[in-house]
Amino acid sequence: MKAMEESTVLDAKVLELNMGPQHPSTHGVLRVKLKLDGERVVDAECIIGYLHRGVEKISENRSYIECVPYYDRTDYIAAVSNVYGFLLGVEAMMQIEVPKRAQYIRIMMTEFSRIASHLLWLATHAIDIGAMTVFLYCFREREEILKLFEALFGARLTTHAFRVGGLWKDLPPGFVEAARKFIDEFPERVDEYEQLLTKNRIWMARTQGIGVISGKEAIEWGLTGPVLRGSGVRHDVRKDRPYGGYEEFDFDVPVGENGDTYDRYLVRLEEMHQSRRIIQQVLDRLPDGPVRGKAPKIVKPPVGEYYSGIDGPRGELGYYIVSDGSAHPFRVRIRPPTFISLQVLRRLVKGHLMADVIAIIGTLDIVLGEVDR
Amino acid sequence: MIDFLKRIFLVDILKGMALTFRYTYRKVYTEQYPLEKPKLAERYRGAPRLNNDPVTGETLCIACDLCAEICPEDLIVVGSQRDPESRKKVLTHYTFDTSRCLFCGLCQEVCPTNAIELTQDFELAAYDRRSMVWDRKRLEKGWDRIDFGKDYHK
Ligand code: SF4
Ligand code: SF4
Repeated sequence: MKAMEESTVLDAKVLELNMGPQHPSTHGVLRVKLKLDGERVVDAECIIGYLHRGVEKISENRSYIECVPYYDRTDYIAAVSNVYGFLLGVEAMMQIEVPKRAQYIRIMMTEFSRIASHLLWLATHAIDIGAMTVFLYCFREREEILKLFEALFGARLTTHAFRVGGLWKDLPPGFVEAARKFIDEFPERVDEYEQLLTKNRIWMARTQGIGVISGKEAIEWGLTGPVLRGSGVRHDVRKDRPYGGYEEFDFDVPVGENGDTYDRYLVRLEEMHQSRRIIQQVLDRLPDGPVRGKAPKIVKPPVGEYYSGIDGPRGELGYYIVSDGSAHPFRVRIRPPTFISLQVLRRLVKGHLMADVIAIIGTLDIVLGEVDR
Repeated sequence: MIDFLKRIFLVDILKGMALTFRYTYRKVYTEQYPLEKPKLAERYRGAPRLNNDPVTGETLCIACDLCAEICPEDLIVVGSQRDPESRKKVLTHYTFDTSRCLFCGLCQEVCPTNAIELTQDFELAAYDRRSMVWDRKRLEKGWDRIDFGKDYHK
């Protein structure tokens, strides 16, 4: 009834509309219950849980080594960084030394996965708003990265990228050349996307001033990653609490000004350039040596708790690991960045048009596998 | 003024059009999948295979049960029997449920003799669930590729 009172413009009836869970623009199985007054959104409610597989509970019944492949499946778009976050926690708890070469390769692959994830985001975001061509171009570049993943990890999406103490195997022959070729061509490709979108009037009209959130408010909502940086807050776990050797690399943290969809788009594009810079530095300085440190056969961290947070493509991805000294984690709590950024959807869509809801869902860059876990 | 003219003459849109038009004359990137099989990396983790010794033809598996132990989904079942004469463990049966496999590769990583191996075959679809549980015979043979031939997809 309350919503009815708010919508007294023409005293029109408020229409309740279910968007999803099969809607192609909700990026998975998100259901949004929209209250519409004509085309204006009066209220929105997210209903999640359609992809819940209980990954946190499953972890309690698996050993630390066996847990790892399941985290690939939470945020399946950036599986590499998921595994990275968990393993950093386990290695810190057990004080396992990871060899330099493995550290560098890990950073390189995590940045590749950031690029791949942002490419997928740009592709789907653009096609939601109506730019079909960008979708095709982004998928072409993403395919190149997936080929690199396949060559090194043996899988394209659910990579099971890293192991406790390092990597499964060293880089395959020809990998460095292929990676170099990709990053040499990449800026040109990003320019192509920019040529299609950045100054395009339709794109600007659809994204500028849509879903505005101020920096202060974004912090209050607990947002992280590009959504927070788009609002002008310079927060990046890689800079603030460097982990895994990130302090040795030189990169900038781009921020936006207005905190709207357009700024978040610019931030993510610039992040791809920065990731490319990190990869370039890794390739230039890649040390020789083993890729797997001395890790015990049975991973049994000492009794205690540990939080390891990394900066994933979507924001701060944290693993809170509680160990009771056995080979199985007592509890693993995942801090999913997109679960937290999804809650702000209701606040962002209020007052916008129905078509903008899709743009706002896109700009939050949610992955339902991670929201529901 | 220049901005205004740019708007009038749709410069932003035409620039985008020019880019897409250039692609008309570039090499086609698309892979015609069923007609053209993709070349997968050597490390690709696909359909499982239980390897035999290439010389003697005997199975390489020593029935140590490590793969079944490490598997997160507990989908490998190794059956063994102790040979009364040589006191050695002999493999009697081995099943692998491909419908539940994560293709994480932990089993091939722990196998001391490289008996279980994940190969480059990836077309694992089947008509029913039961035929997704592969027994020893099928695992040793590897994946039986159904080749419809080039004309099938036309
Ligand atoms: S690949 Fe992983 S899930 Fe599949 S059988 Fe091997 S260990 Fe088990
Ligand atoms: S780990 Fe290898 S040798 Fe041991 S039971 Fe499994 S397949 Fe056989």
